[in-house]
Amino acid sequence: MDITGRKLFVRALLEEGVDTIFGYPGGMVTDVMDELYKQDEIRLVLPRHEQALIHEAEGYAKATGKVGVCLVTSGPGATNTITGLADAHYDNIPLVCFTGQVPLSLIGNDAFQEVDIVGMTRSITKYGVTVRDRKDLGKIIKMAFHIARTGKPGPVLIDLPKDIQTQSGDGRYPDTVNIRGYKPNEGVHVGQLKKAYKLLKAAHRPLILAGGGVLLGRAQKELQEFVEKMKVPVVTTIMGKGAIPAKHPYYIGNSGMHGRYAANIAVSECDVLFSIGTRFNDRITGDLNEFAPNAKIVHIDIDTAAISRNVVVDVPIVADAKLALEKLNEWAEPKNTKGWLEQIRVWDQENPLEMRRDRGMTPQMILEAINAEFDACVITTDVGQHQMWATQYLEFGGEKQFITSGGLGTMGFGFPAALGAKIGRPDLPVICITGDGGFQMNMQEMATAITEDAPVIICLFNNQYLGMVRQMQQLFYGKRYEATCLRRRRTCPANCKGKSEACPPYLPDFMQFAKAYGAHGIRVEREEEIAAALKEARAHADAPTVIEFMISSDELVLPMVQGGTPMSKMILK
Amino acid sequence: MKNRWIALYVENQVGVLAKVSGLFSGKSYNLQSLTVGTTEDETVSRMTICVASDDITFEQIKKQLNRMVEVIKVIDLTNVPLHMKEILFAKVLHCSTAEKEEVFQIAQVFDVQVADIGKDGVLLECKLTERRNNELIVLLKSRFKQIEVVRGGAVAIESISTSCR
Ligand SMILES: Cc1ncc(C[n+]2csc(CCOP(=O)(O)OP(=O)(O)O)c2C)c(N)n1
Ligand SMILES: [Mg+2]
Repeated sequence: MDITGRKLFVRALLEEGVDTIFGYPGGMVTDVMDELYKQDEIRLVLPRHEQALIHEAEGYAKATGKVGVCLVTSGPGATNTITGLADAHYDNIPLVCFTGQVPLSLIGNDAFQEVDIVGMTRSITKYGVTVRDRKDLGKIIKMAFHIARTGKPGPVLIDLPKDIQTQSGDGRYPDTVNIRGYKPNEGVHVGQLKKAYKLLKAAHRPLILAGGGVLLGRAQKELQEFVEKMKVPVVTTIMGKGAIPAKHPYYIGNSGMHGRYAANIAVSECDVLFSIGTRFNDRITGDLNEFAPNAKIVHIDIDTAAISRNVVVDVPIVADAKLALEKLNEWAEPKNTKGWLEQIRVWDQENPLEMRRDRGMTPQMILEAINAEFDACVITTDVGQHQMWATQYLEFGGEKQFITSGGLGTMGFGFPAALGAKIGRPDLPVICITGDGGFQMNMQEMATAITEDAPVIICLFNNQYLGMVRQMQQLFYGKRYEATCLRRRRTCPANCKGKSEACPPYLPDFMQFAKAYGAHGIRVEREEEIAAALKEARAHADAPTVIEFMISSDELVLPMVQGGTPMSKMILK
Repeated sequence: MKNRWIALYVENQVGVLAKVSGLFSGKSYNLQSLTVGTTEDETVSRMTICVASDDITFEQIKKQLNRMVEVIKVIDLTNVPLHMKEILFAKVLHCSTAEKEEVFQIAQVFDVQVADIGKDGVLLECKLTERRNNELIVLLKSRFKQIEVVRGGAVAIESISTSCR
């Protein structure tokens, strides 16, 4: 039987098992919105800004493992999602984003709220298409979900002209897809894998580098088994955090720009680097010529294009992390790595990850208190110093999940991502670690948090600065704090070199902000108050809690490797 | 850096050309020429692409192309016996009668057609290799006051008998 496009849209979502969509209305999506009104199986979440909307869908997708679904109108609704599409593209988050579009007959006329969103987002989506014929609608939606969630996941955009939504056509939703140009890798090349295994087996200073691909492939258990069977130490990337439990005896820590000293030295000194699911981006490698200079490199990745792109590898293996590890576990035998592990321990003792404890409340104290308070939970971050501290000091693994904007580094991500996670996993505590700068980029979402009943805990690290940039100014730009002080006003002296008594007050007052929305606010200034504040926030099931931690503006993220320099050259103090 | 050739089968759909060419500009790959046309199957287009790159970048380019949903098949033509030709129209303008004579001679030597002629101009239609077309343009430019050219970019197809090139 023939049905309208808008009816098929809803049918398709139901068939895909969608229970929640993030939508914002507008002229070119009112038809499908009207159809959503008529049913009650799919929940529609109404955010307060489309950028936040798509970050919410990302948080939802990451926390649940399902595809995040967005619905926005044409023109500005569509362009507001661009940052989120790019974010999801870099961090491989499965999304299907529907954008309304002007009727087919008006496309190209510069009609009201017409933009070529498919053209604009071509390089930041896994696939994007305008539906030009009602008869293709079902097939395209089917393709979109398939492409978004298989292989290396990513965002798919479907541009939906208004007349496609109202036209009648085939009512069936296909149950299979066959895309001749899209065949994600499924098998494992056993020969290559064997070669890689032999290399690892023969190594004297072997090291596993686990990236986000281990988590995307849900291969944590297999990785842990492999590590324990072989007795090989592990470092992670930021996206790979949680691939192995933080307290695991073979886990060293994060490597990379703000990685742990011992982890970066281990990468520089190892003789076989066995990497799984990382694209070796510049934050991990530093100066490419000096990256793991003594090592033979094995690289397992599901994406052929990620292999031998940034670093030339000795054994490339295109495979899903889980499948590869399962196979490896069939062969894995213990190695004698005692001396090497001991060496790493010595490096770690030389320069442990630690902040001074004699200067009041530090980020480390807050993050350790979070580790102590929460077991199963989801923690999201925004972007900046607080994010790097979170990657350094938070402990993940098991039921604790970490969601952060790694590839794009999108300020404004943390809070909406937390809301999406909470909407997807209302059973878990969801904590957002954010900065005073980034929080302000999407804090209008407090309304969404209340209306959608998403009582997240916002740990706002207020250092009164755009701290990450300020850190660079402090270290490399002669303390010329251009455009990073959030207290600065026109009345301030032109050449400010830092805070003084005369500084204008900070704004906004985050406690009053929380109150304005009917949320809870707790301000914490001293170490002794941290644990109680977390407990109190946890007890608030009715509304979100903003815990504003008043931290020093001067605290730095250390160690640090300056962009483009070798990983072994860390700034430690 | 050297020139390498790729044949690319893609979906014959709106936006695919933009996507492929956007990959080259977005990732700073050095695109030398790109031609596209439909194939015996009208749902499929075939592109002939020439890039200047080193080995590592070329591998990456092929992978990036392969990863596009709209790309059906990537064929590396670098070391494959090929038939490759480019269409070129070259107008030689403002020539005297003697100069026209010279154009005819050149046409004969290069084995190209005279497609049109007027009071003071000759139009050559050339179906040569790119390199030969380049040579022809250089020669015409050096010999005559003004020329006007349009060229289509090379198209290539694998040989049937492997000895051919
Ligand atoms: C949308 C966006 N704009 C700018 C930046 C550059 N940037 C990275 S970190 C940062 C400062 C963040 O400040 P805040 O949120 O207060 O966090 P802090 O570093 O102080 O912890 C800036 C401006 C970015 N990553 N994203
Ligand atoms: Mg800050």
